[in-house]
Amino acid sequence: MRARLLKDTAARHLGRILAILPGLVLALITVGLLLRSRPILDVKPLPDLLFSTSWHPLRGEFGFLPFIAGTLWVTIAATVLAVPLSVLAAIHLSEYAHRRVRALMRPLVDLLAGIPSVIYGIWGILIIVPFIKSYLAPAFGATTTGYCVLAGSVVLAVMVFPILIHVTIEVFQAVPSELREASLALGATQWQTIKHVVLRKARSGIVAAVILATSRVFGETMAVLMVVGNVARVPGSVFDPAYPLPALIANNYGEMMSVPLYDSALLLAALVLLVCVVGFNAVAQLVLLRLERKAL
Amino acid sequence: MTRRTLEETIFKALMRLATVIVIAALALILLSILIKGLSSMSLSMITQTPKGGYYLGKEGGVLNAILGSLCLAGGATVFAALLGFPIVLYLNSYADKRSNLATFARFSFDVLWGIPSIVYGAFGFTLMLFLGMRTSLLAGIITVGFLELPIMARAADEIMRTIPRELKEASYSVGATRFETGAKVAIRQALPGILTAMLIAFGRGIGDAASVMFTAGFTDQLPTSLGRPVATLPLAIFYQLGTPVPEVQQRAYASAFILTVLILIISLSARFLSKRFSKHVVR
Repeated sequence: MRARLLKDTAARHLGRILAILPGLVLALITVGLLLRSRPILDVKPLPDLLFSTSWHPLRGEFGFLPFIAGTLWVTIAATVLAVPLSVLAAIHLSEYAHRRVRALMRPLVDLLAGIPSVIYGIWGILIIVPFIKSYLAPAFGATTTGYCVLAGSVVLAVMVFPILIHVTIEVFQAVPSELREASLALGATQWQTIKHVVLRKARSGIVAAVILATSRVFGETMAVLMVVGNVARVPGSVFDPAYPLPALIANNYGEMMSVPLYDSALLLAALVLLVCVVGFNAVAQLVLLRLERKAL
Repeated sequence: MTRRTLEETIFKALMRLATVIVIAALALILLSILIKGLSSMSLSMITQTPKGGYYLGKEGGVLNAILGSLCLAGGATVFAALLGFPIVLYLNSYADKRSNLATFARFSFDVLWGIPSIVYGAFGFTLMLFLGMRTSLLAGIITVGFLELPIMARAADEIMRTIPRELKEASYSVGATRFETGAKVAIRQALPGILTAMLIAFGRGIGDAASVMFTAGFTDQLPTSLGRPVATLPLAIFYQLGTPVPEVQQRAYASAFILTVLILIISLSARFLSKRFSKHVVR
């Protein structure tokens, strides 16, 4: 009897200690990156670093603007491509498609959500890059190697399709069917019901899903790095090459110990990524919280 | 009347189109990897390690990366499970739902889930420099373990939350402690979901390249010890694709095929296992 209670108490205390761990890891990463990016922040003020376009590590010039601009271009273009397509497809699958089609699509979508980003990158190199080079860019009168912002965003958009569709379908399915029936009973068409009832009810859930997908796109490294061209210049159009922040870290980290301040600059880039992702998450949490409160 | 039916028709067509585009894109990925990979696949790819001059087109395979990836992701999954499940058990059996600690832990998991793997990799490497460690299987396991931890914990937490309260109350009422209820009753109910969570995390771990790049390193040898660098499939794909030799690039496609098949196996076994282990589940 004593032993059982002892075990219970021990488990409680161990659990309480371990439950601090995720917060501790988060704090450790933040503080660690902050400490390691201090050397460069001591030399140069943050705005100078973030808004300068001159990236010449050997001369001690670390301007992050090309990389930040590259990240923003790719992220925004991918979101613009992915969100309408995914939401429309999710509506179709959830509201119109036959139950059997839905049952067939579910496992497929889950499977694709598990495909590693390197595979998406290879697909980009095999199909998207040549397609943009020989067909799409000439059609718009642009010349490009195919390794450009657009290639990166298409690959990323396709990569987040499964996640976005999965979550959005779940949000739609959570809308009570009584609401739909009430609307249909009043004589609304199915599309009117979706537009005025289902989408309105599902709005915050969709927003949260979009934010999560965006943060995934934002931090994705390998798939982007393989197709985006990696040229440290601010892109002027979707056919220009870009060099997003994660690619910068992946390509240069580990080989730059001899250049002063270089590792500090790269860890600052990691810190920028971290701060943005935490920001995205906080917004998504707030949206979800509002959703939960509304549901009560 | 005609206007709204017209609108319906237009949007229906749009939705169909969107669904077709999405499915076509995703099917194209699987098809192009399978076709391209299968055509450059050979037995030596999965039975041999890279021999001298492999990256110039000489013979060899990627057995080092296959075994390395399995060791790394397997170790990381065990590591994440050892840390994650006690936490999830605590959150669902002991902690008050609205307690600050529980809210804070769940929020931290959510944030950690969103942190890009490259940040884990860069931070892991920084920490290794600080501790004087070199790239090794162990460092890779720990880094990928922390990458997998929030994925696994969040999924397991979702499952544990759906366990009916009556089940726990029945267990309490016959005198079981919270620990016994959590570890013997709730776990059994959640087992299929927990296995799925572990396999999802394993899949993420085996497919991630950015976090192992600096921490696990790369080698042409088979993994033999925790203290030595280890090769991983995503990095093998990446490096082979980066060479200018066409034969080696072909091998990258074959390696991508191997990785995709591994992921398929993981995904299918997740389905199979969660069915298989649901015999103890009370409905």
